[in-house]
Amino acid sequence: MSGEGLTVRDLRVTFDGFKAVDGVDLDIRPGDLRFLIGPNGAGKTTLVDAVTGLVKATGSVRFGGEELLAKPVHRIARLGIGRTFQTATVFEELTVLQNLDIAAGARRGPLTMLRRRKGIPEAVTKALETTGLTDLRDRPAGVLAHGQKQWLEIGMLLVQDVKLLLLDEPVAGMSHEEREATGELLQRVSEDHTVVVIEHDMDFMRSFARSVSVLHAGKVLSEGSVTEVQADAKVQEVYLGRASEPEPAAVPVPEEA
Amino acid sequence: MTTTTSPTRTTSVVQPSASLPERFRVPSAFLLGAVLLLGVAPLVLSDFRLNLLAKYLCYAIVAVGVSLAWGRGGLMVLGQGVFFGLGGYAMAMHLKLADAAATGQTLPDFMQLYGTGDALPWWWKPFADPAFALAMTVLLPMAVAALLGFLVFRRRVKGAYFAILSQALAAALAIWLVGQQATTGGTNGLTDIQGFFGYDLNDPANQRTVYFIIAAVLLLLMAAARQLFLSRYGELLIAVRDSEERVRFLGYNPANVKLVAYVVAAGMAGLAGALFVPAVGIISPALIGIVPSIGFVIGAAVGGRASLVGAVLGAIAVAWTQSTLSDAYPAAWTYLQGLLFVVAVGFLPGGLASLVTVLRKRRIPTRTTGETA
Repeated sequence: MSGEGLTVRDLRVTFDGFKAVDGVDLDIRPGDLRFLIGPNGAGKTTLVDAVTGLVKATGSVRFGGEELLAKPVHRIARLGIGRTFQTATVFEELTVLQNLDIAAGARRGPLTMLRRRKGIPEAVTKALETTGLTDLRDRPAGVLAHGQKQWLEIGMLLVQDVKLLLLDEPVAGMSHEEREATGELLQRVSEDHTVVVIEHDMDFMRSFARSVSVLHAGKVLSEGSVTEVQADAKVQEVYLGRASEPEPAAVPVPEEA
Repeated sequence: MTTTTSPTRTTSVVQPSASLPERFRVPSAFLLGAVLLLGVAPLVLSDFRLNLLAKYLCYAIVAVGVSLAWGRGGLMVLGQGVFFGLGGYAMAMHLKLADAAATGQTLPDFMQLYGTGDALPWWWKPFADPAFALAMTVLLPMAVAALLGFLVFRRRVKGAYFAILSQALAAALAIWLVGQQATTGGTNGLTDIQGFFGYDLNDPANQRTVYFIIAAVLLLLMAAARQLFLSRYGELLIAVRDSEERVRFLGYNPANVKLVAYVVAAGMAGLAGALFVPAVGIISPALIGIVPSIGFVIGAAVGGRASLVGAVLGAIAVAWTQSTLSDAYPAAWTYLQGLLFVVAVGFLPGGLASLVTVLRKRRIPTRTTGETA
């Protein structure tokens, strides 16, 4: 079991007086597969942005014994934190193999950079297998299907040798089969990584989450296993607009398709 | 594990997986280019035409750098005149000092006419040393580019803002040079250069030698640039061009990636400026300001900025068209230049080099639609 845990204390992000994240505490154990859920505007993506250095924040984010806040984006990435975005961003003109090779190379020296790639790095071969993209490795990433692009992104995080993956809605827009495949991929990945997933899809969350944090209005509303969180009256209120709903099995997906 | 056969490629910049004919295609094209430039052109062209070609090849050297920085790196380098000028002036300063020394003078001719004092300005003095001057033709532009790039890329200035900034710098340098009549020759620039490291430039045989040097430098830089395109750095540069933010999250600092391309392109432009001086015999503010700076990228845009050969051929073709047309219709050329730029950037971003691919896609759509779906 490897992977590194993440400790967030009293994290606050303010945009022009609007408190997007308002005092969040999070403890994510090494090897966890944590889902962050919550209605739109709850601050989920902003929380990830703050952890990865994209927005300024106050409080404390500790990872592997280091304080992350105030570090530039690429330094945080080099500490072993990788993330994806809501829209898959792969390098469309480069092949799947080139995409993965670049992701694997942030620690390469200048001389290696100036030479041509000879053969395929072992980590890249492994990531191709894990993500099931081996047969597509010479295709330009731009021609991949939507789901394949997301898998390529996850593969890029794997070769980047991250210990913590932060995934922003990885299954949005995916077909049912693709969702299943992605969920299984995440479970495989979480065997030796810590994984945090922002998700709106409740079925997906129920099938694959190991633990869940519910965010609401910039604060952590509830935390625990899937069952605990679903039984929480406060969560039901946020999602259904009233307390004491008898069976939360069909918690609706807020606003999103 | 089985090795899969590579599927049909649909994008032009994707590195080809080397099948045997393709392995030899590039070296043989390079050889053909070398034979044309070093063998055929000197045989069939008159001294006058060959000298014109030497000038165009200097523009082509700038285009190699433009292809790297703009085509691969997405940096719209609209101010290459600055680096061309720094290289050109560094070379011309040395040649003027050598010319003066050859006639027993201590000051270049223009300083005797316009100069205020009788002493050589301190910053001219080191350029009397040929090794120093030669090194400066490349190092000075690279140092300026490094400083500028360091300040600009770290602040994430990009796109049109970067283009305008580099353009403004070209204007500023030209204006400054004009204002320094006594030490830089002002509007006239440094003119009437006679000798090139002891050889008389009025001798056609020596002019031919200058041509050969320029052609050889161009071929060498093209080979070096191609190596850079195919390297891991070249792949990373495309990644930065297409999605800088993503590259940052992979743990790279895109500012450094862009800086390398920018500095290398500046060094190439400086070298081109330095070679331009013996070929044409002059360097002046009018050759490095805003209009020539735009001219430096038009050739690459028309030929295909992401393709090395496209950029080089485009630069030569546009320069040739310019000198042919601007003799007959001097006013019309500026408009045509602008039109070429807009059309190339707006409608054919891959330039003429991509025309074949574009047309082929249009003719047999069935074959490619399945791929790009």
